[in-house]
Amino acid sequence: MPRVPRPRVAVYKFASCDGCQLTLLDCEDELLAVAGAVEIALFREASSATVEGPYDLAIVEGSVTTPHDLELVRQVRAEARFLLTIGACATAGGIQALRNFGDVAEFARAVYARPEYIATLATSTPISAHVPVDFELRGCPINKGQLLEVISAFLGDRAPNVPTESVCGECKRRGNVCVVVAHGTPCLGPVTQTGCGAICPAYHRGCYGCFGPQDTPNAPSLVRRLRELGLAPADVQRVFRTFNAAAPAFREASESAAAPAGGAP
Amino acid sequence: MTERTIAVDYLARVEGEGALRVRLAGREVAEIELRIFEPPRFFEALLRGRMYGEAPDITARICGICPVAYQMSACHAVERALGIRVDGALRDLRRVLYCGEWIESHALHLYLLHAPDFLGLPDAVRLAKERPELVRQGLALKKAGNTVLSVLGGREIHPVNVRVGGFYRLPSTEELGALRTTLRSAIDLAEATVRFTEELAYPDVDEPYEFVALRHPEEYPMNEGRITSSAGLSLDAADFEREFEEVQVAHSHALHCRRRGGGSYLVGPLARYSLNSDRLTPRAASAARHAGLGREVRNPYRSIQVRAVEILFACEEALRLLDRYQPPERAWVAAPDRVSGGTGAAITEAPRGMLYHRYRLGADGRIEEARIVAPTSQNQMRIEDDLRGVVRRSVDRDDAGIADACEKAIRNHDPCISCATHFLRLDLRREGAA
Repeated sequence: MPRVPRPRVAVYKFASCDGCQLTLLDCEDELLAVAGAVEIALFREASSATVEGPYDLAIVEGSVTTPHDLELVRQVRAEARFLLTIGACATAGGIQALRNFGDVAEFARAVYARPEYIATLATSTPISAHVPVDFELRGCPINKGQLLEVISAFLGDRAPNVPTESVCGECKRRGNVCVVVAHGTPCLGPVTQTGCGAICPAYHRGCYGCFGPQDTPNAPSLVRRLRELGLAPADVQRVFRTFNAAAPAFREASESAAAPAGGAP
Repeated sequence: MTERTIAVDYLARVEGEGALRVRLAGREVAEIELRIFEPPRFFEALLRGRMYGEAPDITARICGICPVAYQMSACHAVERALGIRVDGALRDLRRVLYCGEWIESHALHLYLLHAPDFLGLPDAVRLAKERPELVRQGLALKKAGNTVLSVLGGREIHPVNVRVGGFYRLPSTEELGALRTTLRSAIDLAEATVRFTEELAYPDVDEPYEFVALRHPEEYPMNEGRITSSAGLSLDAADFEREFEEVQVAHSHALHCRRRGGGSYLVGPLARYSLNSDRLTPRAASAARHAGLGREVRNPYRSIQVRAVEILFACEEALRLLDRYQPPERAWVAAPDRVSGGTGAAITEAPRGMLYHRYRLGADGRIEEARIVAPTSQNQMRIEDDLRGVVRRSVDRDDAGIADACEKAIRNHDPCISCATHFLRLDLRREGAA
């Protein structure tokens, strides 16, 4: 065992489904190795034992949706040397950011008999909207291999190798038949960041954008293509408004799609 | 009379975030608060206006631990609204997928979250230091469940291959061959898991639960069956809201579910097993008997044994269904060209118990109204009832000891707080005996 103290890791949760934290526990073959390389100081979903901060690495799942979150997110940043946010909620606001396009008070009335008790913000926002973040790992959920890569890079003090190109490159390398070209199936692959393994086309469906926008998305062009494939403006808007609806490139695409000109110049 | 307040700020080893506060007046329990501060995400509101085909993928995001349960309840509810039925090999494949989630979710809870309680350890990392072979066995079993999910679903969390009517793509012969090999070795791991639970010590507790679970004419229930209770209830999923209600209690920010005009009830493995132990495979039934389980189990601590038996059942059932699998002609049953609107409700058995979905569709196929009741919201009141007994039994212990006993009692039910779609915080107050 190394004599140097192992890096202290803390795992936090904001508004989320727990799936991205679970990805860590889903690393069945690597979990015990990871647990040996770091000191898991705070991981409530997995342990009753906690160690006070500061922490070398904070892994944060979930989006900011309550007044309390606004305080907590600053505290998390203050206690962490390296802040890693994981998943569509933490990096883009998640599915719950659909409230950003609606009226959260009306949402609360639709679900609760006593909406006045609900302490919630009007928007769901990523962690990076509030504090500086050292690395954002995308996905709904994140990919296990990418999570291990980011943790390994942190331990080795190097930059993580997480590509930011589109799903299309990975899809070609996997040998998938293009679902748009061959079947006319609407697909967000051209504008979506790679990392999932191009699983949707491999399962004969179009990509639904769960890894959010790639680094140079040409969304207006895809919006035109989706219209040519027969999608009505409202349907084009809908496909951009899912798990990364509030990511700027997807938000702009969804707004332009429903504009009277149909998004065409 | 002395007053004591015992507080646990963050419940550990549960999915999602909650807290507990117990107030004792002398030796009497004056107040118990199981608080859930998981923020609301308004799923039922944001589903309005979405197309019916989006319900499985959107509702999966309610819970990363049991996304298949959400996909299954959503599909069945929408299919009932559309008037389509999924039978034969497609139905079998759905059941295999669900088996994968039961195996994965139960193994996660059993080995990584629950077992440390019986061995006096804070977590599975410490457990791995003392019993490395045991944790490796648990992780291998969990991985077998996840392999089912990734082969049939495309990935373990939020699978992409489920759609209304069936699947996007059918698995290949090669994929299923490898899966059968995985499941055959998982059966041995599952039997070893049941045997492991036999070495644990269980407090002698017998709770007067009203069990509620699905019951099917032939199968141990997953996707279909009638709502059945140990108090004699038997009804269709469409009538769920007639017998059960969600209430937002005074002093509470939560919605929780109870029998109309009645009290608490229990869903989940104990209820499912107690109402359906005659539907287990012979091997799972024999393992249960050998482990000392009767036809009914009313000791919540023994839920770890029931989960082990259900894992064994799920491994065997998945293998049985794959052994008889003949690929159907199409990967999905098509919906009618013209959707005429309608309402559909369905319940399936999530690892943690009954999961209810109801959708009202408009003539354009858009969701006009959605209602979702998660297992954890149904168990809230009942967990509170368990805690009263726990506090009474441990009243002579110090505060830390009582808090520890309460946390363990909560973990018996594997609550998934993230699942509790529309909870904000549970702040139950009841009249104490003081």
